Amino acid sequence: MNLRKLALTASLGAVVLSSLATASAVAAEAKEQFFPALVYRTGAYAPNGTPWANGYIDYLKLVNAKGGINGVKVVFEECETGYATDRGVECYERLKGKHGGATVFQPLSTGITFALTEKAPKDKIPLITAGYGRSESSNGAVFTWNFPLLGTYWVGADVAIQYIAKQLGGVDKLKGKKIALVYHDSPYGKEPIAVLEELAKKDGFEVQLLPVAHPGVEQKATWLQIRQSRPDYVLLWGWGVMNSTALREAQATGYPRDKMLGVWWSGADPDVKDVGEGAKGYSALTLQDGADSNSKIVKDILAAVHAKGEGTGPKDEVGSILYMRGLISAMLGVEGVRKAQERYGKGKVMTGEQVRWGLENLNLDQATLDAMGFAGVMRPVQTSCLDHMGSSWVRIRTWNGKKWETTSDWFQADDKTLRPMVMLASGKYAEDKKLKPRTPEECNK
Amino acid sequence: MLYRENGQFKTSYAADQQIFPIAQDRWAIIGILVFAFVAVPLLVDEYLFRAILIPFLILSLAALGVNILVGYCGQITLGAGAFMAIGAYAAYNFHIRIEGMPLLVSLLLGGFTTAVVGIFFGIPSLRVRGLYLAVATLAAQFFTDWVFLRIPWFTDNSSSGSVSVSNLHVMGWQINNPVSKYLFCLGFLTIFALLAKNMTRSAIGRQWMAIRDMDVAAEVIGIRPLFAKLSAFAVSSFFIGTAGALWGFVHLASWEPAAFSVDRSFQLLFMVIIGGLGSIMGSFFGAAFIVILPIALNQILPVVGDLTGIEISTAGISHAELIIFGGLIVFFLIKEPHGIARLWSTGKEKLRLWPFPH
Amino acid sequence: MGFFLETLIGGLMAGMLYSLVALGFVLIFKASGVFNFAQGAMVLFAALAMARFAEWIPAWLGLQGSYLGTAAAFVIAGAVMFVVAWLVERLVLRHLVNQEGATLLMATLGIAYVLEGVGASVFGDDIYRINVGMPKEPVFLFEGIFPGGLLINKEDFIAALIAAVLVGLLTLFFQKTTTGRALRAVADDHQAAQSIGIPLNRIWVIVWCVAGLVALVAGVIWGSKLGVQFSLSTVALRALPVVILGGLTSIPGAIIGGLIIGVGEKLSEVYLGPMIGGGIEIWFAYQLALVFLLFRPQGLFGEKIIDRV
Repeated sequence: MNLRKLALTASLGAVVLSSLATASAVAAEAKEQFFPALVYRTGAYAPNGTPWANGYIDYLKLVNAKGGINGVKVVFEECETGYATDRGVECYERLKGKHGGATVFQPLSTGITFALTEKAPKDKIPLITAGYGRSESSNGAVFTWNFPLLGTYWVGADVAIQYIAKQLGGVDKLKGKKIALVYHDSPYGKEPIAVLEELAKKDGFEVQLLPVAHPGVEQKATWLQIRQSRPDYVLLWGWGVMNSTALREAQATGYPRDKMLGVWWSGADPDVKDVGEGAKGYSALTLQDGADSNSKIVKDILAAVHAKGEGTGPKDEVGSILYMRGLISAMLGVEGVRKAQERYGKGKVMTGEQVRWGLENLNLDQATLDAMGFAGVMRPVQTSCLDHMGSSWVRIRTWNGKKWETTSDWFQADDKTLRPMVMLASGKYAEDKKLKPRTPEECNK
Repeated sequence: MLYRENGQFKTSYAADQQIFPIAQDRWAIIGILVFAFVAVPLLVDEYLFRAILIPFLILSLAALGVNILVGYCGQITLGAGAFMAIGAYAAYNFHIRIEGMPLLVSLLLGGFTTAVVGIFFGIPSLRVRGLYLAVATLAAQFFTDWVFLRIPWFTDNSSSGSVSVSNLHVMGWQINNPVSKYLFCLGFLTIFALLAKNMTRSAIGRQWMAIRDMDVAAEVIGIRPLFAKLSAFAVSSFFIGTAGALWGFVHLASWEPAAFSVDRSFQLLFMVIIGGLGSIMGSFFGAAFIVILPIALNQILPVVGDLTGIEISTAGISHAELIIFGGLIVFFLIKEPHGIARLWSTGKEKLRLWPFPH
Repeated sequence: MGFFLETLIGGLMAGMLYSLVALGFVLIFKASGVFNFAQGAMVLFAALAMARFAEWIPAWLGLQGSYLGTAAAFVIAGAVMFVVAWLVERLVLRHLVNQEGATLLMATLGIAYVLEGVGASVFGDDIYRINVGMPKEPVFLFEGIFPGGLLINKEDFIAALIAAVLVGLLTLFFQKTTTGRALRAVADDHQAAQSIGIPLNRIWVIVWCVAGLVALVAGVIWGSKLGVQFSLSTVALRALPVVILGGLTSIPGAIIGGLIIGVGEKLSEVYLGPMIGGGIEIWFAYQLALVFLLFRPQGLFGEKIIDRV
């Protein structure tokens, strides 16, 4: 290679680069509330990550279309994590200081959540993990910056067992039954095991653990084992292509789909739409109710964002399950800011610490939610300094071969089982990290 | 004109054998070290530290290890990610299971454990080589992925399989902010690089290279392939394992086996091939290239998009990143199959003659 | 006993699919000495092309979901793979003649990245479906002999048949046609082949083309089974132990190796897995290949002149 040319290009490149860097630094001065978006639109999990990201961004666009949060405009910037922890950490570092500092991070990955849990307290940026992340982080006394709003995996596991018990006709009927857990072999998939084992001890059923290696396209042996051991129910704890593969294999081995129950990350449209009739009867948990394509908020988005040609994704995706979950996640962050403004001054840009106060004092009752257009989409959420989860409303929806139908009443997690486990696990975390848990008095400072 | 060794006479064996025989090189290295240890902490902002410099330092260390094995001893490996994982988890277990274990000792013990495991997984190299060996090391990769996912003892029975460390300190020096982390990793890298450089210049390094160049001939002149190969595996694994421990402890602080997946192994191999096989310098070049390129592309593409008026979506950027990354790899392999290190040495040769090339 | 047979059959069928991917590896290695890591990306690329053209062509021409559209998509996807093969030869391989194995391997990894990026940006990132009318429901045989019957997956069975036919055709091609003979000559000795007038570059295009077609068939089968999405490219890693076991240069080796790995994986997962925690398929396949390497480094059917150390 011609050395002189190389040196020339290199120095030219450096000059262009540095001028670009200064240009972008100048642009970042404006006074706006910054919402970083860690997303994954490529890679093995893209079919599930993309609608979530679109919902997240669309809601932020809607907030701006409506004039911002009490007049404060929202800015956002995406960073592609590819569902990989190290890229997620890099994205976090890149975005946390931009546009005057990040408001809140929502990584949509349990692995990234684990890594950021160690970093967020130092940077004083809250972490919302609506429906994923560390289950014990619902204890706000120890995990002061984590907000697993709306539900954790332990809630999911507990409700799943409640539902199965109801199907069988009572908790006492669980005795002697066998429940298989087919799970994504990662921190995400392993989260429910602790609760299932606890409940198995209590209710006398048997748990069979069947891990599936990333990315989950090879499940033949798993389903052969299921065919052999004939469990009464199969819990599916997958993400991405693993879900549809599981349903296909269930079909191929003749396991009845109506005995299969998925967590809320295994019950969306990309998981079943290609399996179609083959997934008929399959049920999954809902995180809140989530998707109601006739709700007011969906119409708002269509009118204020998509009609102007500013929609992030395709139009027909608005209102789908993962899209709505992204939208709700964004809404929770925005509402945290709004709440914080009530205390620290309306129309001002909130810091991470102030937003944390907002998130800890979130009180979205049904009337407020309905007014925001979330009727039929969400149920009330009320957090406190010690309870970072807020509420745990779960329903079951079933795939009828063409679309999802809601098929059960509301469930809530059983605090009697979960609370001691949360306290134990978070206590161990605090001890390992030599953290002093917050007392209720400290909260109101 | 400046870079010329005229008048530098070696009057002793020691002077003849020093690492940098040319005075200007010595000064340059000292300058770089001073710059890295003193100036960088004063000049650089937090993002650069956390997202670029620290990963670069740690991955350079790992690349050094891979280069010892692949570049100097000619044994190809696709299991470097696994060895990083072993280092990280071993150090973690030493750190939490033994009360009051000093951080440095934990990290180095992590490296030693990896060396032992590395010797074990190096045994196939006595029978096979080349691509077959690559696949044998892949076996190590998938096996360790599974071990750390499935055997709860290694992750201290954590329910999710993810582990974390905190409160790192060495003799009262708290390693909690980016600058201290950077200096800590830089210290490791400096010492290890010196070690590697000297090892490759000594008898053992020459044995490795003899095995690499022609193993039968090496055996004939009295080099024991068993010792040479396994020692290369041990030393290389030690480096990689220590790097893995640093990656977990210092960079991520909380990690799961997926942090050391097969993609990491490929990445490390890329580093040494692009940087230059059989060159210490090359390991640094390769690590810098691989760490910085995707991040730089990620930052530049949106700006370029803005300038040209095309809005590039996040997905578009990462597709473009894949294409450019792959394209550059192929381009480099075609234009300079010996890596950036070769470009560097050609540059130095030219500089010696400059400005009178004839 | 019934269950054992089921596992065995399941393993054999999975193995047949692995062989299909492994075949791609072997073809290219035989002709050009390149260990093609991009084979997985090629499978993904071909499947994406097929799936999307099967969507687009009926939309452009106004056809209603007929088999014609699928067939046309298959042909076009084949053409796309031809272009890919030609580009790879023109832009990459031609410039890397006589480089070391490791360099070539890296180059194919680069090609894999490019293919993944181009595939995703041209064809999209979502899950796409390939519908070639494969039956999805299982059949149960011998219900009288075994309790619950013997489960056979029709889809897998058809896929295995297609794979077998493809292997047969390839063997014929290699043994009986002039081009096939030229390919084998190149595999034996590049220089000798060149000196008797076999054009090396054309041979390479042909062999990458054939590998592309094999990838297309594999992509269609896997894609119809799993849906076409990014994870398809990871099947290459699953097929690697197969080539090692079967030998890098042997087509029957790829087949037999695939069957052994398939059966070994499933049996180990089902019988050994529950004892030590499950999820052992992948590394078990590799360990199997590794143990094999120690005793027979050239693989089952590989050429014996491998440098043994």
